Amino acid sequence: MNNLWSRFSNWITSTPVWRAVFRHGYEDTPRNRSFIPFSNVLYHLHPVKIRKGALQIRYSWGMGCISFLLFIILTLTGVLLMFYYVPDTRRAYQDIKDIMAVVSYGDIIRNVHRLSAHGMVFAVWAHMTRVFLTGAYKTPREFNWMIGVVLLALTLVLSWTGYLLPWDQLALWAITVGTKMAAATPFIGVDGPFGPELGMRPDNDVKFMLLGGTEVGQNALLRFYVLHCVVLPLVVAMLLAVHFWRVRKDGFSGPR
Amino acid sequence: MEMKSFEIFPKDPKKTYGLMELVEGKSPIVDKEPEDTVFTWPHLFSIEFLAVLITVAVLLFLSMYVEAPLEQVASTATTPNPMKAPWYFLGLQELLVYFDPWIAGVVLPVIILIGLMLIPFLDVNPKGAGYYTFSERKFAVSVYAFGMGLWLTLLIVGVWFRGLDWNWYWYWEKSYVHKPLLSGLRDIPVIITGVLGVSEFAGKAIADLIMLAYFAGGFIIPVFIFRNFYKRLGLLRYLITMGLFLLMVGVPIKIGLRLVFSIKYIMVTPWFKI
Repeated sequence: MNNLWSRFSNWITSTPVWRAVFRHGYEDTPRNRSFIPFSNVLYHLHPVKIRKGALQIRYSWGMGCISFLLFIILTLTGVLLMFYYVPDTRRAYQDIKDIMAVVSYGDIIRNVHRLSAHGMVFAVWAHMTRVFLTGAYKTPREFNWMIGVVLLALTLVLSWTGYLLPWDQLALWAITVGTKMAAATPFIGVDGPFGPELGMRPDNDVKFMLLGGTEVGQNALLRFYVLHCVVLPLVVAMLLAVHFWRVRKDGFSGPR
Repeated sequence: MEMKSFEIFPKDPKKTYGLMELVEGKSPIVDKEPEDTVFTWPHLFSIEFLAVLITVAVLLFLSMYVEAPLEQVASTATTPNPMKAPWYFLGLQELLVYFDPWIAGVVLPVIILIGLMLIPFLDVNPKGAGYYTFSERKFAVSVYAFGMGLWLTLLIVGVWFRGLDWNWYWYWEKSYVHKPLLSGLRDIPVIITGVLGVSEFAGKAIADLIMLAYFAGGFIIPVFIFRNFYKRLGLLRYLITMGLFLLMVGVPIKIGLRLVFSIKYIMVTPWFKI
């Protein structure tokens, strides 16, 4: 029996199909250990070998890793929520009610999505604080720090655009507060310094552009939905690619 | 028959390099000191996997007990009081008490982001990269801690201490009883006009001068007191650093003026007020 099994597994692992999918054996050899990050597109963000100092949790806090993980969780749960949610002011609120009460595991998915969003704001902030305190932004990593600041801002904007989608009182008025501030932008807001002087009106200033109208309504909901689900995640994903790539190029800052 | 001397790797006269030595090892090492590195698999992957497991477990556990809020359906007919932004923006919203919306909501956040991005170019101290230290970079860490402390304080006040009409409510106070609205806020130019008995224009001009003096003094005095600091940074870097620093310190100063002396504006112009 044992013999039969080993013959069978030997045959399976020698087929062209198996060898096309699994490029290397499982045997624990330095060669295979090198192949794992080297031959896998998901793992290839990692180098084959890494300095021992870079593994210390008390140095890195693991917060960059967790920020990225939360971004992935948010993408996955976000896609699931998109199956049940329609950005229409007449039904958006009811869709959320359905997600919370009717959809299988819908409440868990929405709760995880919301908690991950809050967690990501915190994790990104903690990551930035760690990078500051270890002086990891110093030469040659200046550019990556700048990308990181942009990612922090995008994290906040992503979170904020998601706030409107449930279309409840919390959503409507949080966005009203936020866009009121946008209207106060100097030069390009109707209530901002030099705004009226430059021809800004309630129907052509930056708040109007953000909301697609003079108040929070159907156009605003659709704009925030598209920004939240498509535009901003894509921009963040591209900047993350640059961010990680630069970590590889500039080297990890940790202790030697 | 003559024995030829045999080399494993014969030297090629066309090449500027050659194999010097063979060292025993299990894998190639490039650009690394020996024994400095370990394999990413499994040493880093196992840590990351653990982080994934713990994070997902915590999220799932919390999500069973912390329900995402859903209030009444959106309606422009009823305005909630207080009207609060998401918690991470409550620092900005708290600033609205002390500053006009264009400063609190737009200019300050933009300056904060630009300032953060400029940090690597303003911090010329070569020490303190790759390890935690306070003694080797006192100024940098202090400034960061001050800024973060200010931010967190405003945020905490906004989240837990603001109630109806954005008034201050301790948690044991009745959160549904309105408090009398504070009145009697005054602008510095008006105070100057009243106290000195000068014209309204002169009052405004003196207030403008006070603002100018804050920044001019803030830029000039440290040049003489912290000579080395100035020399190390150079003129441009010094101006940007001190500009950002003075703006940051200016925020709690304005808050203090408002809280202690009931001052609304320091400077009044036809176009904007600060």
